[in-house]
Formats: sequence, structure tokens, C-alpha cells
Amino acid sequence: MIRLHEISKHFGPLHVLQHINADIPEGSVTALIGPSGSGKSTMLRCVNLLEIPESGVLTLGDQTLRFTGTTPPINAVLRIRKQTGMVFQNFQLFPHRTVVENVMEGLVTVLRWPRQKARGRAMELLEKVDMAAKADAWPATLSGGQQQRVAIARALAPSPRVLLCDEPTSALDPSLAAEVVRVLRLLASEGMTMLMATHDLRLAASIAQQVIFLQDGRIVEAGTPSQIFNAPAHEQTRNFVTTLTASRTDAE
Amino acid sequence: MPEASQLMPGWLQLMADSFWPLLYAGLMFTVPLTLISFAAGLVLAFVVALIRLFGPAPLVWLVRFYVWLIRGTPLLVQLFVIFYGLPSVGIVLDPLPAALIGFTLNVGAYNSEVIRAAIEATPKGQWEAAYSLSMTRAQALRRTVLPQAARVAVPPLANSFISLVKDTSLAAVLTVPEIFQAAQRIAAVTYEPLILYLEAAFIYLIFSSVLTTLQGRLEKRYGQHAVFSGKLR
Repeated sequence: MIRLHEISKHFGPLHVLQHINADIPEGSVTALIGPSGSGKSTMLRCVNLLEIPESGVLTLGDQTLRFTGTTPPINAVLRIRKQTGMVFQNFQLFPHRTVVENVMEGLVTVLRWPRQKARGRAMELLEKVDMAAKADAWPATLSGGQQQRVAIARALAPSPRVLLCDEPTSALDPSLAAEVVRVLRLLASEGMTMLMATHDLRLAASIAQQVIFLQDGRIVEAGTPSQIFNAPAHEQTRNFVTTLTASRTDAE
Repeated sequence: MPEASQLMPGWLQLMADSFWPLLYAGLMFTVPLTLISFAAGLVLAFVVALIRLFGPAPLVWLVRFYVWLIRGTPLLVQLFVIFYGLPSVGIVLDPLPAALIGFTLNVGAYNSEVIRAAIEATPKGQWEAAYSLSMTRAQALRRTVLPQAARVAVPPLANSFISLVKDTSLAAVLTVPEIFQAAQRIAAVTYEPLILYLEAAFIYLIFSSVLTTLQGRLEKRYGQHAVFSGKLR
């Protein structure tokens, strides 16, 4: 179980997250939607503690961390973080390491696996994201969709409890985004727990079991995709979903 | 058999006779002085850069003061203070150690800024990617940030290295018998300053050219992952 209880985060006077309560069931996919600046990225980054909330309680598996406005000890942070993997909007592959070295990095540096064993695991994951043929390529020679698939393999390598995806398809054109969606759907079908912030309606609607709509740092509404997209209970949700579908129709 | 001096014009003979003493001075003093003070200076620069980026406030102020002091005063004056000034407070140094200390402090101050800037040039997202894999700050620095910073830092560090090759000529005023001092000595007895100083300049040129080839190799090594290494078109 991943549980956020009364999580609040502010940057100076700006309240980015206010009293966030959410349960992320394991083995399912939860999509965070909302306008830019609604706090969905911050909420995601609070789960792996790239941002430290000022107050609230975060539970991942058997680890619970209570925030009191001070920086928690690094060991407590790492105990939570080691249960997470993250995929970034701009991939953030390590440019000085080859594809397979990128995927091995967490295993070798953090988990202290021997290189041979790490390489084996990395190659399995590259097979899964259909990038094994490029194992020895430099990231700079890959397309965005290929880089993001490698980034997914890198995040999965240490076997995280939850995969956090921050706008995984936003930097990609539709055909490259489709490659990435295909990989994420495969992971979802295998029961990977995922929490993703996204503007991609197709991604949210097609693979999420739960959708959370955020606005101005608050959760407005949560439910199944059909509830949120077809029968939203709140005016704000309805307005946002309308803008999403409108812009999609424009684009097509 | 005729003497070599009968076949060569006098100036060429002088150059040939003084070439080996100057080269010897270069190999025995200029090169070790350059290599040792650059290596020690880089270690110092790295420590100073890390303190400036991650250290506690009092240490940050201390290293900022050091960089300000060294960059704001002439190297020649610093060398004089160390070698001729410090004996007044009971610190007497031999010429070579005095020169080494002076050059090391200088290299440390200038290059700490190069290293700091190179570390800061690494995108924040790279730190976050490393942290998201549960790396500690030290691991993120060592495995992710420094290899990328190294690539950015090589050209300005090479600049500083080549400057140092030539700056070691200032050690002549501390009576270190390096290339320039050897040239001065020979010029004083032969009354041929033009020939000797041109020859000294030529030998500095040789040393800095040889050392510059190192830069190309380092850039290649740290830039092998880049799609455009070298030419932009």
C-alpha cells in the first residue's frame, strides 16, 4: 500500500500541495491529471522524496515517514526512495554511459551487484522495452521514444514497488509517444504499480484504474477513468476534461 | 678535420651550444615544477570547489577569501612574499619549494572556479535521475556529475595548464635554475640576449606544444558519448 496522508508542500508563500490524501492500491495504475501548476508533478516527487513535504505522513510498504518541517535523515529518505523508480519527462538518461550501462547503474552503484549479474538483468529489461539491439549505443544517438523506453528499463532495474512517471509522453510526438504507451501498458498488464502524472488523455484512460484530478494543489475528485472522464461530479473536473478532449479533437 | 665553429656562423654555434643547457633546465626544473604544482593545484582546486558548493558557511567564506586574494594579486608579488618576505617571520623556504607553493596556490584558486562552474553546468535533472536511483550525494557526484563536468572542464583546465608552463619562468626570480634563468645566465656571459631569449622562447614553445596534445586526448576521452565531438557542421 502506498498512502499519502495530509501531505502539504509549499515553495515559499506558494502552497503547491494542500492536505493531500490518497491511497494508491498496489498492482494497479493511478493517473494524476490536472492543469499545469496544479501540483501533480510535485505530488509525484513527494512520493520518492525529491521534494520533502512540510507536513503529513507518507507510507510505502512497511516504511512510514512523518514530516515535521525539518529535513528527514538521509537513511529514512533512502528507505522510502529505494522502493520507487522514476521516469522523467525529459528522460534524463546519463549521457556518458551507454544504454545498457544506464540500466545497470542503480544495480551496480546502489545495490552493489557484480557487473556481470547487473548486465544480465539489464539486458532482460531492455528486451522487455524492445531496446536490446541498442544496448551499446550512446543515449544521444537515440530518438526520444527510444530514450524514454531505456529510462523505463533503468527505473525498473532495482525492482521498485512503484514506478513514478512524470509526464512520460509529453516530450514526444504522437508516434513516439505510442511506443512508450505500449511499454507502459505492458507493465500495467503485468501488475506493476504505477503512479503517473500526465496530460495524455489516451494514456490515462487506457491504462489507469484510478484517476485523481488535482487543481491548485488540492484533490478535487478521484475515481475510475469512466467516472472522471464521462461523468465527473465536480464543475472544475468537467471543465478540465472538456479542455483536454477539445484540444485533442483540434489536434486530430 | 675542421672545427664545427669554422663551418657554422657564430650565432648558430651559440644556439647549438646553449640548447642542451636550456633543454636540461626545462626537463629538470620547468617540467617538474609545472607537473607537480598543477597536480597539487588541481587537488586543491577540487577541494575548494566542493567547499564552495556544499560546504558550511564559515568554510565557504574562507575559501572565497583565498580565491579573492590570489586572483587579485600578481603572481610575481605572491612569489616574492613567499620567498623573500616569509623569512622575516621565521619561515625560510628553499627556492624550489617556495616556487611550488606559489604556483600551487595560484592554480588552486583559478581552477576552483573552473571546476565549480563545470559542476554547476551539469543539469539539475541529472542529479535527480541519480537520486531517483537512490544514490547518495557522493555517489551522484562521483558517478553522474563529475564525469560530465570533466568534459566541460578540460578546455579551460588545459588553458590554465599552458599558462602555467610559461608562468614557471617567474621562478627565475627566486633563483630556480629553470629555462629562463639558464638563458639569463648564458646571456650574461655571452652578451647575446636576443639569441638566448629567442631560444628560451622556442623551448617554451616546444614544451607547451607537446603538453597541448594531451588536451586533445583528454577531450576525446571525455567526449566520446557526444554526437558532435569537434565539428558542429
